[in-house]
Amino acid sequence: MSKLNPNYENSFWHHFSQWVKGEYNPIDGQLEMNAPDKEVFGDEKIHYVHLHIVKTQNYNERMFEEGIARNIRRFTGLYRILGVLVALFMICLLLWTVNYLPQFGDPNAPENNEVAERYIEKGLEETGAVNIVTGMILDYRAFDTFGESCVLFVASCCVLVLLRVDKDDNPDSRAREDMEDRHYEPKNDMILQRVADFLVPLIIIFGIYVVLNGHISPGGGFSGGAIIGSGLILYLTAYGFEKTRHFMNERVIKTLTVCALTFYCFAKSYSFYTGANHLHSVITPGTPGNILSAGLIVYLNICVGIVVACTMYSFYTLFRKGGI
Amino acid sequence: MTNLRIILLIFLIICAIAVSFSRNLLVSIVIYMAFSLIMAIVWLILESPDLAITEAAVGAGVTSILFFVTLKKIRSIHTTAEEDKDE
Repeated sequence: MSKLNPNYENSFWHHFSQWVKGEYNPIDGQLEMNAPDKEVFGDEKIHYVHLHIVKTQNYNERMFEEGIARNIRRFTGLYRILGVLVALFMICLLLWTVNYLPQFGDPNAPENNEVAERYIEKGLEETGAVNIVTGMILDYRAFDTFGESCVLFVASCCVLVLLRVDKDDNPDSRAREDMEDRHYEPKNDMILQRVADFLVPLIIIFGIYVVLNGHISPGGGFSGGAIIGSGLILYLTAYGFEKTRHFMNERVIKTLTVCALTFYCFAKSYSFYTGANHLHSVITPGTPGNILSAGLIVYLNICVGIVVACTMYSFYTLFRKGGI
Repeated sequence: MTNLRIILLIFLIICAIAVSFSRNLLVSIVIYMAFSLIMAIVWLILESPDLAITEAAVGAGVTSILFFVTLKKIRSIHTTAEEDKDE
């Protein structure tokens, strides 16, 4: 056992310590580790073996394989011809259908019916929104918009389920991940940061303007929310996750989205109790043209804007690093 | 105005065909962004500014950014330094 043993070189412990150090392989020389050299056979023999295999292969089997290859070739050709034919057919069909559509702005077109007439004539009076489109989507058809907001929420949940990466506590792999993430974009890029300093406030203020003026000027919750979301994405790209984590983390996004959706839901469930009539609530329409007019539309616009902005931002962060 | 509309529509068709014929995915996304921007102008001419704002923000902005991030994830964007190394 000790090194004083004269037979130490052949003892078990010596072999064991060498094995631990990686200098000794216990099955070395006892098992046939390497395949025998090919030269053992010689070229003629290999050739003969090959011929033998080919000869003994079943004739039917070979024919079968050739048949498959021929079928595949034939199928590829047919596939290409059929693809072109189907595309041409669809193009002709669609062009033919377009031919029958009414002219743009035709007063006799079927979409100019009493529904649109009512929206245009009584929309301002009934909803108080100068922008008829917002009056339609957030008053007459607010349930559709609620469904759309929920679809966005569900979509972000699905992306979360699909792309979420569990938190890695190992600092090495985290650092490597960070390095890979920054591989194509230098960290703290000066040009990007100066541009972002200038642009991000403008973009976000413009988004807020579009959301708040949704019932007066073109725009509304969805477009304004998308603008705010892209401003946040630009800020995130310039300054990294350390800065945005303070005001846009998972809890903030969850709270904002759920609160906005719940408020929207309660505000619009009201019209269930009024016999599915649209909301003539205690909030008066006010003077058309003011910010605080048009009843609930402003608040619903804000809700939709919050949901859309959070969804866009969380989409981006989930695609980037698999977590909010 | 009619001429402008025709030019824009021809641009749309060119963009749509160019996307399917470009080999590089990055180029495809840039063409897609151009398509969205032209589409936003077309919406404006068709007197629907609401749609124009949404198209410019979502189509040209957020969707393209998501495409870029996806390309980066699947490592389809090569930097010039990497290409030099490959050569």
